[in-house]
Amino acid sequence: MPAGPGASILDRRLVFVTGKGGVGKTSIAGALAHIAARSGKRTLVCEMDAKGALADAFDVGTLGFEPRQLEPNLFAMTMDTEDALREYLRLFAKVPFIGRIGPLARTFDFLADAAPGVREILVVGKLCYEVRERHYDIVIVDAEATGHIISQIGAPKVIREMAQMGLVREQTDWMIEVLHDPSITGVAVVTTPEEMPVTETLALLDRLEPETGVAPSVLVANRVLPNLFTTRQRDVVERLAEAAPLIVDEVGRGAAAVLDAARITDARRGVGAGHLDRLRAESDLPILIVPELFTRATGRRVVALIGEALAEELD
Amino acid sequence: MARRRLQLQTDLDALLASKEMVLVCGSGGVGKTTVAAAMAVAAVTQIGGRVLVLTVDPARRLADALGVGHIGNEATRVPDSAFAAAGVQPRGELWAAMLDTKAGWDDLIRLHAPDEQVREAVLANSTYHNLASRFVQSHDYLAMERLHELHSSGEYDLIIVDTPPSRNALDILDAPRQMKEFFRSWLLRWLTAPYRSRFFSMASKPFYQIADRILGSRFLEDIAEFFMLFQAMEKGFVEHANEVEALLADPRTTFVVVSTLEAAPSYEAAYLARELVRREHHLGAIIANRVLPASMTAKASATSARKLVKAARGDLAEQIAEQLDTQPEIVGDVLTEIGTRFHDVAVVATREAERRAELSELCQLLVAAPVLDRDVNDIADLLELAAHFTP
Repeated sequence: MPAGPGASILDRRLVFVTGKGGVGKTSIAGALAHIAARSGKRTLVCEMDAKGALADAFDVGTLGFEPRQLEPNLFAMTMDTEDALREYLRLFAKVPFIGRIGPLARTFDFLADAAPGVREILVVGKLCYEVRERHYDIVIVDAEATGHIISQIGAPKVIREMAQMGLVREQTDWMIEVLHDPSITGVAVVTTPEEMPVTETLALLDRLEPETGVAPSVLVANRVLPNLFTTRQRDVVERLAEAAPLIVDEVGRGAAAVLDAARITDARRGVGAGHLDRLRAESDLPILIVPELFTRATGRRVVALIGEALAEELD
Repeated sequence: MARRRLQLQTDLDALLASKEMVLVCGSGGVGKTTVAAAMAVAAVTQIGGRVLVLTVDPARRLADALGVGHIGNEATRVPDSAFAAAGVQPRGELWAAMLDTKAGWDDLIRLHAPDEQVREAVLANSTYHNLASRFVQSHDYLAMERLHELHSSGEYDLIIVDTPPSRNALDILDAPRQMKEFFRSWLLRWLTAPYRSRFFSMASKPFYQIADRILGSRFLEDIAEFFMLFQAMEKGFVEHANEVEALLADPRTTFVVVSTLEAAPSYEAAYLARELVRREHHLGAIIANRVLPASMTAKASATSARKLVKAARGDLAEQIAEQLDTQPEIVGDVLTEIGTRFHDVAVVATREAERRAELSELCQLLVAAPVLDRDVNDIADLLELAAHFTP
């Protein structure tokens, strides 16, 4: 059944997770994959920049181009241009001398650096291929940051406009069918409730569909501090410093740090809420809220905690 | 090891006073731009001279904070009135400029093109326009290039560069070498060889066949034509890349790594710091940004928090309510919530303290800037942030 604009992001078959660097893209992508797999979907999660963050999120040593099963239904891989090229040549160009691709691929690397979209189309092509061949029910991509995502998922469109003929031109047609269908492909933009991440998110939303043909589907606000106080209570919180001597007398000198913690956290929450309001005012997309976790945990535990929060938001 | 230099540079002021170029690096989202601006404001108010902060993000609020309407490719002077509003008198001049990749490339082409014909042909080439924004880590290279240009202009005593958000923070170190390698690459030579020899060269035949099959020959010819023009500029580009590379190792250059104390940025910062030292670059400081106060990890604080929950609804609430002219129930609710929630913050603060200790092993100078309870809006805010740079 085709998904409507408000449908769950997990009803898509290809989901790109992007956002400004440092907002927690990998954790969100990992958590989305975790809940997709738990709901019974055969899931592939792919890290695009091979930094190893995805492997860390699942507490596994390293991940490679060959997908590796991490949990029931959950497979993970990292993208590799050379491997993607090798697979591409084998599948589509029917190039006979695969064994000698090493030096060729390195040379190709330079061309890929220089020619816009060549590297991107190989890796996006690989993802679209997995979707087209239905090897998985859903492919979740820990994609490039906001600065690079446009050139990545816009590559088929750019190449199509540049290359008049050749195999790539033919290839772009079916990739575009996958990418430009909002019932198949979705983009989740992750942000934190901070100024620059929200500003970059809004800038990306303006450019994404016009430049790539791929529509954004949902926003994820990560590390949102909970609102603990009513307006009347907040008035007390803000003036509590005046009563600090009374409190110190009663509970000891550690009270200063306790009051500081409350004040800093609540003020930060207030600033963050302002940035989230800006997001709501300037975008109609649904926003999934993931709270600040206040945990010393890392890896799988964090993925599971975020997964729980996301699952609640998606219900 | 590095600690032997301890006496020479005990704080960031001393570092800023002894260097001419500061490269501020670290992973995305850690506040590099703000920290770079705060260092520049600190330098110009405490040390003096002509200080330039070169930023890559068109951060509207930063321009506002510096009291300039718009930061562009050309350096803009931050008016003294912006400092006056913060109640300080700068000892020198503060300038701000933004890195504009497209304009930067155009300048490079103008500089290196052997003649007007090549220059105009490149600038008009549509492939060039596509490449200018993504070519071989072009942001990284241009940031270095611009630093070189500004430093050799001799107009500034101190230049602070907010480095571009890269996929990998080390890209900036590799950018000049990659630029040189590109010009020396077999591919470029092959692409720009006369068509005849390209078609008949047995060595390049398999590559051509594949490239042709994948890209379509027309596309390839377009690119080849552009590179042919580009190769005419090889000498200038390579010489310049050498100079830019030398700049990274220059004794007047230092690197400052910025990080928050969250898991991923700290990990990246530690890697970056080790790699800078391994490559024998000068690692001047690590700045831990948005750090919770150390007092939050103290046992006494946790004890007070527990006591506060117990005492929240008794006489204490009554007394505070009286002082603040409110109801005891509200005070009781607030104190209970604050006491209960303190544990959350303490957990984060403890984790931060551990990461801070790990990072401090890597550099002679680790500076912690506190988490602020508001956005940075003006010079006063930048000064407040910078005040923490000096322990």
